[in-house]
Amino acid sequence: MEKRIIVIGGGVIGCAMARLLSRYEAKVTVLEGGEDVAHGASKANSGIVHAGFDAKPGSLKAKLNVEGARMYPELCKEVDAPYGQPGAMVLAFSQEERATVQELYKQGEQNGVAGQRIIEKDEILKLEPNVNPNVVCALLEPMSGLTSPYELTCALADHAAVNGATFVMNAKVQTIEKNGDGFALHTTKGEYTADLIVNCAGVFSAELHNQLSEKKLHIIPRKGEYYLLDHQKDLLFTMTMFQTPTKMGKGILVSPTVHGNTLLGPSADDIEDGTDVSTTAAALKIVNEKARLTWPGLSLRTVVTTFAGVRAHEENGDFIIGATEGVQGSYETIGIESPGLSAAPAIAKLLTEQIISENGLAEKKEWKPAPKREKPFYAMTLEERVDVVKRNPEYGALVCRCEQVTEAEIRAAIRRPVGATTIDGVKRRTRAGMGRCQGGFCSPRVLEILSEELGVAPTEVTKCGGESRILTGTIAQSMHKGDA
Amino acid sequence: MLSQELRGQVQYVDVLIVGAGPAGMAAAIAAKEAGVENLLVLEREQNMGGILRQCIHNGFGLHRFKEELTGPEYAQRDIDRVRDLGIEVRCGTTVLSIDENRFVTAISKEKGVQLFEAGALILAMGCRERPRGALATPGARCSGIYSAGTAQKFVNLEGYMPGKRVVILGSGDIGLIMARRMTLQGAKVLACVELMPYSSGLNRNIVQCLHDYDIPLLLSHTVIDIEGKERLSGVTVAQVDERRNPIPGTEQHFDCDTLLLSVGLIPENELTLQANVEMSPLTQGAVVDDSLQTDKEGIFACGNVLHVHDLVDFVSAESFKAGKAAAAYVQGKSRKGAYVRLKDGEGVRGVVPQRLLVPEGEAESVQVMFRPAGVYENATVSILDGDKEILRQKKRILTPGEMAELMLKPEQIKALSGGDVTVQIVR
Repeated sequence: MEKRIIVIGGGVIGCAMARLLSRYEAKVTVLEGGEDVAHGASKANSGIVHAGFDAKPGSLKAKLNVEGARMYPELCKEVDAPYGQPGAMVLAFSQEERATVQELYKQGEQNGVAGQRIIEKDEILKLEPNVNPNVVCALLEPMSGLTSPYELTCALADHAAVNGATFVMNAKVQTIEKNGDGFALHTTKGEYTADLIVNCAGVFSAELHNQLSEKKLHIIPRKGEYYLLDHQKDLLFTMTMFQTPTKMGKGILVSPTVHGNTLLGPSADDIEDGTDVSTTAAALKIVNEKARLTWPGLSLRTVVTTFAGVRAHEENGDFIIGATEGVQGSYETIGIESPGLSAAPAIAKLLTEQIISENGLAEKKEWKPAPKREKPFYAMTLEERVDVVKRNPEYGALVCRCEQVTEAEIRAAIRRPVGATTIDGVKRRTRAGMGRCQGGFCSPRVLEILSEELGVAPTEVTKCGGESRILTGTIAQSMHKGDA
Repeated sequence: MLSQELRGQVQYVDVLIVGAGPAGMAAAIAAKEAGVENLLVLEREQNMGGILRQCIHNGFGLHRFKEELTGPEYAQRDIDRVRDLGIEVRCGTTVLSIDENRFVTAISKEKGVQLFEAGALILAMGCRERPRGALATPGARCSGIYSAGTAQKFVNLEGYMPGKRVVILGSGDIGLIMARRMTLQGAKVLACVELMPYSSGLNRNIVQCLHDYDIPLLLSHTVIDIEGKERLSGVTVAQVDERRNPIPGTEQHFDCDTLLLSVGLIPENELTLQANVEMSPLTQGAVVDDSLQTDKEGIFACGNVLHVHDLVDFVSAESFKAGKAAAAYVQGKSRKGAYVRLKDGEGVRGVVPQRLLVPEGEAESVQVMFRPAGVYENATVSILDGDKEILRQKKRILTPGEMAELMLKPEQIKALSGGDVTVQIVR
């Protein structure tokens, strides 16, 4: 009988697992606690595909980061996710930091990172004129890349779905019981049973692990807050600018995003509640101050938004990947913090290989390629625009003026295999509402299109699921209540 | 470079206008009345009228029509005139790009991609609201937070209520108007919270929209925290000191499901920037001369895309001038002369125009507009030619919420020395 595999968590790791597992003879179901995939850390991180110099040599983080980063260009091409490789620098502002940079260089060599070298002030300022002229030297990392973590996650989910994986949203796993040869999972959307489970639950992964295993693990949710600046005519920085790392992580970066915005952050604060993604004045102040060391000319005039994400930091500091000790049929990926995004393709590959070999899963006769999508309108040439609007007139209706997103693309995003069901879901898949007006102009129209496509009343459309409705009723209803 | 095929599709238009809000319509009417036949207006919305369409309250048109109209009524007068004059307006058409040679690309469902070369180009794209993200107000990123204009669109154009218990941050006019609108619609508006010690809205709106409905206006206060996992559940408001930092111990909490933001309007100049037009950091609009021409020949800007106005009447007046000037430009009737710079002096922010032509022939009066940097009572506004005062006027009250203006007479313009001219406020 076909094995029933449940992947817990629809983040980048869960979706990458589901995608690879969908290649084999198994019934794959992804249970996601949120309304959409990429609901947790995968929607709010730096989006950097790290070269791999930073992780401690010999650690899983080091090995899988370097492997994962190498897989990125092809993976993103295959599933149609954004990827760029502008490179990165780790800036040193003192002789002490020069020593750190030299250490990082050596570490990179040990980890097998290609192409890195140490460059001096003149070269740095020539490459990146906005860098603080007090810079002493820098580690140049040409292999450092960028992706859009939520777009990648959505693309991985789509590819899994066209190959038979089922995605169940709003099914937060509360308890897991080992049940003979299999598992019973109690979720906010009822009971599920499985032969194999794969725990990709991010900040909640240790909690679920501890329900099954005697060997207890502990995740410390570590919040990171960011500023996102508008894209301008020219990039402020062409590469990712790191400062020398601290005990809490890689420090505050100033980086272009794959879409040409500028990102500042993240802060690093250990918190209690892994779902707390509120921003705080204190952390944003620190980001602002520290980013100025890299970029003294920093101006917050063009901020489009601030946001926070929560990293799943495991006490012992390394990834935990493999079979759950002493629990037959349970697999897990725990402590997937940075460089988790970079390592995601390698993590999924490693664990999938273990699962298929231990459970004798056979490869399917056919594994469908990822669904092809039209190039985003904002990236099209004039000729391509002339052509696409002839084929589909809905490309002629610009809905999001800031990011140039068309009605055709919004409808397509809702109709994808794992389609958008919310305003935020549309935003992550199309960039509508990502821009400088933050949805002020387009959100009423996006809401209307969601209502049409999903066949629900406009008052039922939400920002990000649950009670996050945009509208509380019609004018007629409110008048009635007002009279009463 | 355009391909041969696309080059053949380029349509020449004498005067091309981007936007059919009050500014674009007035500019089009003026250009047509000045004799321009080959005229086209591109509008991204499905209807003409711009933001007036959702401003169903009255108070528009007192200056221009000497009567009180609602937004849609005011717009309709221009829409009727545009139609009577037979001006072509393409709605549902978004301009994608412009350049300094006045080459324009646009797109619509019906006509696909459209390419234009314009003799003169008038930018009338209006403005947008500053969103929550731009304020970097800390807290949750839940639903229930809207810019006031977005809420106004939901209520007045779509017929939906965005919430029931409302706090308004910022006292811009749209926020004040929405305080009243939401109240009339059965919602409870708890407070209007303003960071500055004065409101940026018109005084009549403070009286008619807040006082008349007993809605408290908390000056020198701001929202310091936003709570809510999915939908907004409350905000924390605190008083701020002179440096606008929250004062500990002054926090008060409001249980609410809605936060409306009315924290400033930003001229929408993304297209203007594509044409490398010189910009003013103070108005966030183009630098223009007294005919509303930018530093790029044949490109004009008017209305809220140039600088944010208080009243639509003034938008229309400015845009008539722009339309007339654009017509003169394509008819080869441009004025000749030497330019002087108009600069912000003490107490003045964002004077418009920033350049003034001292013409060879006869001069016309020029209206000089600016925003006061603070609140002034019984102050003197003066214009200096170098060090020499050439105009002086007493003003009883000046506030940043109301645009101030001065008129330079033809003889004063003709007498200018050619050096920088400064506008200043003296207490």
